[in-house]
Amino acid sequence: MTVQDLRKALRQNVRDYGMYIALFAIMAIFTITTQGVFLSSRNIANLINQTGYIAVLAVGMTLVIVIRHIDLSVGFLAGFLGAIAAIAMVYWHFPVFVAIPFVLVLGVLAGLATAFLVAQLGIPSFVASLAGWLIYRGALLLVTVKTGTIVIPDPIFNAIGNGFIPDLPVGASFLPGVHKLTLLLGAAAVVWSIIGQIKSRRSKKAYGFEVIPADMFVIKMIFLSALIAVISWNLAGYNGLSWTLVVVLVVVAIYDFISTRTVLGRHIYAVGGNPEAAELSGISVKKITFVVFGSMGLLTALSGILFASRLQSATIKAGELFELDSIAAAYIGGVSAAGGVGKVIGSLVGALVYMSLTSGMNLMGTDIALQYVMRGAVLAAAVIFDVTTRKAKK
Amino acid sequence: MDTPILEMRGITKIFPGVRALSDVSFRVQEREIHCLVGENGAGKSTLMKVLSGVHPHGSYEGEILFAGKTQTFHGIADSEKAGIAIIYQELALVPEMTVYENIFLGNEIRKGFTVDWNETIRRATEMLSKVRLSVNPSTKVKDLGVGKQQLVEIAKALSRDVKLLILDEPTAALNEDDCDNLLGLIRGLKEHGVTCIMISHKLREVIRIADRVTVLRDGSTICTLDASKGEVSEPVLIKHMVGRSIDNIYPTRRHDRSDENVLEVRNWSAYAPKLGRTIIKDVNLRVNRGEIVGLAGLMGSGRTELAHSIFGNPDGYRLEGELLVRGERKHFRGPEDAIRAGVAYATEDRKGNGLILIQDVKQNITLANLAEVARRGIMDDHAEVKVADGYKTALRIRTPSLEQAVSNLSGGNQQKVSVAKWLFVKPHLLFLDEPTRGIDVGAKYEIYTIMNDLVERGMSIVMISSELPEILGMSDRIYVVSSGRIAGELPVGEATQEKIMTLATS
Repeated sequence: MTVQDLRKALRQNVRDYGMYIALFAIMAIFTITTQGVFLSSRNIANLINQTGYIAVLAVGMTLVIVIRHIDLSVGFLAGFLGAIAAIAMVYWHFPVFVAIPFVLVLGVLAGLATAFLVAQLGIPSFVASLAGWLIYRGALLLVTVKTGTIVIPDPIFNAIGNGFIPDLPVGASFLPGVHKLTLLLGAAAVVWSIIGQIKSRRSKKAYGFEVIPADMFVIKMIFLSALIAVISWNLAGYNGLSWTLVVVLVVVAIYDFISTRTVLGRHIYAVGGNPEAAELSGISVKKITFVVFGSMGLLTALSGILFASRLQSATIKAGELFELDSIAAAYIGGVSAAGGVGKVIGSLVGALVYMSLTSGMNLMGTDIALQYVMRGAVLAAAVIFDVTTRKAKK
Repeated sequence: MDTPILEMRGITKIFPGVRALSDVSFRVQEREIHCLVGENGAGKSTLMKVLSGVHPHGSYEGEILFAGKTQTFHGIADSEKAGIAIIYQELALVPEMTVYENIFLGNEIRKGFTVDWNETIRRATEMLSKVRLSVNPSTKVKDLGVGKQQLVEIAKALSRDVKLLILDEPTAALNEDDCDNLLGLIRGLKEHGVTCIMISHKLREVIRIADRVTVLRDGSTICTLDASKGEVSEPVLIKHMVGRSIDNIYPTRRHDRSDENVLEVRNWSAYAPKLGRTIIKDVNLRVNRGEIVGLAGLMGSGRTELAHSIFGNPDGYRLEGELLVRGERKHFRGPEDAIRAGVAYATEDRKGNGLILIQDVKQNITLANLAEVARRGIMDDHAEVKVADGYKTALRIRTPSLEQAVSNLSGGNQQKVSVAKWLFVKPHLLFLDEPTRGIDVGAKYEIYTIMNDLVERGMSIVMISSELPEILGMSDRIYVVSSGRIAGELPVGEATQEKIMTLATS
């Protein structure tokens, strides 16, 4: 393969890999400007735990935007539900394993309430969820006003946002200071991703579908494997895999599976691509709207739990701007406002890009005002890139 | 008469992987009506986009001479300035604005810093009388029918002192009356010194109106025919368009009809709450196994609404009456129920509410029956590809791959995808709403052949069509719909165009 071929292949696939390149570039820049601190195990672990509560929101928001809606209420709803979780455990003495499902159910109900306004009454989702934004903001103030910050003493609950998975019970002499289970899981992920990709390539080829050239494929696999290896090695060097990362990975895996491999996923993207055609194909747009907003509510509750757990408390300002951060992450991840386009994995990467910026600039001690400007610029650049590459493809 | 107002020489336009136009020459004389015909994908629209600057100078090879000058248009604004206006199939009006606002949109008459509305209305009235449209200029465009909207578009073009007017399939969405009116108007424009280029698939129209006809095929000019020399006739045009002659536009089929009832509606009425009026009134209709029933009528007569009301009522009409599918009384709560009962409906507006343009061929084909290619809610990709590939072969859908987005297919192939999608739900009864609108002769023939094949195998088809020859050529029985009622039922043997039109306008 010549350099020219590589260039051509890159140009053709730049749309698919653009985000990864951006993430890589941002990480490289911050690694240089912070003399390596950015890539330290400790910072990466922190970064992932900070990204968690935005990432789960971005995943849900992806589907909401795919069906041509928006949900502004998720920020303060997450804050409010986090506070409810705290209250349930501290004042009502709910055990943690009751409090969490309880809050998740509340989240679903809140999502369905928004869906009712949108799907049943035909209110634009922007307005319906703006009302939610105001209501949940008030509700959060209401439940925290007397006590102020509610400190959560439950160690299990707090582990979700701060804890790490246990290590294998092998002797300290073997690879000291390294988290063995994390390494093992990383290795498993590498093997699994290689097998999965080879399988999918084979079946695509069998149907005569277009596949990327073999050498590109090998490069892509090496790159991906190396990425997973580096990340797991990096994490293993600190405390290992955090529970937050486990939660995020499970959520992303489930949502990716649903959106790409199931009938429900097809229906969601069909409704986004052309609601009238979907309706006339026997798909209930109403039902899909309820499902998507319900799932958004569920993930909002999860986000609230992650955040409260991370702070080990419920605060008056919890959830502020989460909605806009997650919307930004989804757009950076390649979701289209025109509907029907957007990948769950893309939004995860979008969230990582967005939070890397925050984390990197914090490390550099960048002024907060400038941070907002930078984040805005990256969002604009991502959308410009998306729009222009889409045009070029036509 | 023989001074060319437009001459396009050696136009070659290449898209990535496709040679859309190769060395096309095209001459249009001043004040003539020049029709441009060709199958879908022949390059008509591309040629017009080159002419109007949508494909800017430099993105193609060749030369454009207009009004005696070599032109290098870099956008529509340039070609408009030179006096070229193009009216697309999809109308470019703002529905919420009034007629006069639309006519002068982007070309406002100013008085100082403000718009001179009185002068605007006066000039708009003048333009409307030029296009013989008697509506109040303060009417909102959304309240006009498609035919009148088209006239507003033309008025808009005239208000800009257009020298060359390009009409892309202007009659595709019009009923016969509006068609006649429009064609008459286009003839009248000659008197105003306007030259017209008209793209059309309706050959009879072309024959009626054209001074000269240029035929394109596969991106090349095949010939230019002169009507005054008697060179233009339907067989000749078809021969040049497809490169072979189609002797019979409507293929024949075996007629072994049974009296087995597939669908019956009795005293069927529908009230549309959004419009505040009853749109279907006391309709009685039956469809037998293995027959094609034609639903004729004018645009807006309620044919599509009737089909919707039977197909699970997605628009939320209030229904009255009885619906029987294969002898059983049914109440559909949505299209899903109708599909399950074996009723399918391929929409009239493929791009609007028929297909999901951004999705690929196989996703569109399987959409209405995903359960069949899934196990416990999880997609079986293997089964899906097999199904889609089967229909691709059976219906001869021309696409580079099953993973091609349907927006990239030609109109005829999109229609085939839409038909495939509805065949996959394995219906007993298939509604086809304007199945051949905007598709070329060759593809029409294929659609007709598919329809015949289906009814021969025992399916029943209800075909809604505004093209009377098609209704007469394909149906076993014809219902004529007029203002939401069945104005009459005709066996095809007794039906003539005149009889249908009489009933349709009753």
